Amino acid sequence: MLSAILAITLLALIFGLILGFASVRFKVEGDPIVEQIDKLLPQTQCGQCSFAGCKPYAEAIAAGDVDINRCPPGGEATIQALANLLEVEVKPLDDECGVEKPKMLAVIDEDRCIGCTLCIQACPVDAILGAAKQMHTVIADECTGCELCLPPCPVDCIDMVTVTSSPTNWRWPNPTELTTQYKEQQ
Amino acid sequence: MTQLGSFPGGLLLDGQKRRSTQTAIRTTPISKKLILPMQQHIGEAAQEVVSIGDKVLKGQKIAQANGHMSVCLHAPSSGTVTAIDKQPVPHPSGLSAPCITIETDGEDRWIKRQGVADYSQLSDHEIRQRIRDAGIVGLGGAGFPSFIKLNPGIHHVIDTLILNGAECEPYITCDDMIMRERAKGIIEGIIIMRYALRVTQCIIAIEDNKPEAIVAMESALEKYPETDTIKVVVIPTRYPTGSEKQLIEVITQKQVPKNGLPLDLGIVLHNVATAYAIGRAIIHGEPLISRIVTVTGTDVKHAGNCETLFGTPISELLNFCNTHRHKDVPFVMGGPMMGYNLTADDLPVIKTSNCILVGVDNTSHQSTAMPCIRCGDCAVACPASLLPQQLYWYSRAKDLDKTREYNLFDCIECGCCSYVCPSEIPLVDYFRFAKTEIMHKQQEHQKSDIARQRHENRQARLEHEKAEKERRHLQRKLALAATQSNKEKAATGNNVGENK
Repeated sequence: MLSAILAITLLALIFGLILGFASVRFKVEGDPIVEQIDKLLPQTQCGQCSFAGCKPYAEAIAAGDVDINRCPPGGEATIQALANLLEVEVKPLDDECGVEKPKMLAVIDEDRCIGCTLCIQACPVDAILGAAKQMHTVIADECTGCELCLPPCPVDCIDMVTVTSSPTNWRWPNPTELTTQYKEQQ
Repeated sequence: MTQLGSFPGGLLLDGQKRRSTQTAIRTTPISKKLILPMQQHIGEAAQEVVSIGDKVLKGQKIAQANGHMSVCLHAPSSGTVTAIDKQPVPHPSGLSAPCITIETDGEDRWIKRQGVADYSQLSDHEIRQRIRDAGIVGLGGAGFPSFIKLNPGIHHVIDTLILNGAECEPYITCDDMIMRERAKGIIEGIIIMRYALRVTQCIIAIEDNKPEAIVAMESALEKYPETDTIKVVVIPTRYPTGSEKQLIEVITQKQVPKNGLPLDLGIVLHNVATAYAIGRAIIHGEPLISRIVTVTGTDVKHAGNCETLFGTPISELLNFCNTHRHKDVPFVMGGPMMGYNLTADDLPVIKTSNCILVGVDNTSHQSTAMPCIRCGDCAVACPASLLPQQLYWYSRAKDLDKTREYNLFDCIECGCCSYVCPSEIPLVDYFRFAKTEIMHKQQEHQKSDIARQRHENRQARLEHEKAEKERRHLQRKLALAATQSNKEKAATGNNVGENK
């Protein structure tokens, strides 16, 4: 009887030590699921999901507070990827947040720009270059097309343009869509 | 002779090569206007070094290589630069890209050429530099900068140089003709390449449907005493033997490893026309300004091979060969298996334009694809041992991860699967679609990673600024409080004094 109690206590102690060691030694910083969700989001940082960026939205999804269908820039593909990751049902995009549209690029009309720096402060990825009373310009490669620079502009000098395709970034069309187009034409 | 190997699948196709090999290589007349795309090779586009209005001489450098994976571009004839802007280029997209337009003066005056008669005066590095400056890219059709493929680096030892004269695709005969007529020039180029690569053995691989080319190369070799390490190997005619990996398998019986390069097997492969261009560049100092283009097809009356300056509008080349073609009817750039349709008339001939095909014999009329019946013929025909049927399903369903699992990127887009498909499914179109989708996704991913990083940096900076502001605020507050208390102290001190 006594030996049994001793043995169990000893085992409990040993396992406790192992667990304690493991919790210190193999500690995981942050929440890996948040990172995984964040990886799937398009990183536009546009805030259309009503969160202040992609990471906060990822945290909210991980906490189970919001639906996965609140990201218009990511669109259907992102919802699909999130549904796969979290093993939940695919939902159509929430219209409250906006509609899916092709990626755009902000372009500043440099003649109209008065150099107020308001757009620079609004840009979530520091993609606008300029200084007070100096003309501003958008670094096209870094622009995520979030449109956050549009509302603060006092002279409406920022336009969103579609990304022009060139032979280097051109993609082969989907043959399935081509044949349906062909059938419709006939 | 060594035993030849073989690759799985492949097709025996009707060569259709006689039509364009009846006449010798002709020279296309100099066009009034030459349009030169800044990017005619794989890699970064070249950077222009001329401006509008400049007079240029034939062979003058008009665009500089930009970055490592890039080559220079030269004026194909003397004249004036009239425009540097976006023009339609021969590309399956039909889109425009930056081009330099030259209006020729008809004098065709050369710039001073600096050839080196004895290549052994140059180091292998100097040879590569000259080849790069001469704008030479692989002339087989892909347009990979040749100097890179002549630089094995310190981690590889190259023992075999294979010269690709297989030219397996039907209709195309430009390599056949250059071997027949310019065998000496090709061998001069091979000797220079052999020197740059320090290889022990060179193999000129020619399909057995080109007996004239085989004889021409062999008899030219006899005149070179130092060429005992160069030999012609006749290989059986089968499509796509001319593809790099397949040719290596035929010649050496070794497979290039997945995600590997021929370099890993100690092999480098170049096209015969590239060898000729290298000979011209080193010995005669002539940059790459023209190429031999096969113009053929049922609608071409005077089919043949034409030495054509780059930038020559294709319509002029077609006129030169008496082509019956209505304006804006598509023609094929490349061969019937791997080529793509082009429509615009004023597209220029570029470094990778090996063939222009107008009208194909017994074409199946473009019918809509029928459903896949899972017959498996495509898998039998595939020279890369892939499962085109599976790849088709996954590409169609846009299940891109799955296509990669089924080795989509090992597909060489030879078109054998589409050719044998009884349902006439354009399989290669699906694979090309899936490949560019995957590449696009990867780019998007990289971009979003950068955006995340920039956003995080910005957040960190803002927080830092805020903390800094608070700290300063606190400091000022403390300083203010300190001065105030000092003042008060002083005041009370005075008061005490007064009270005394």
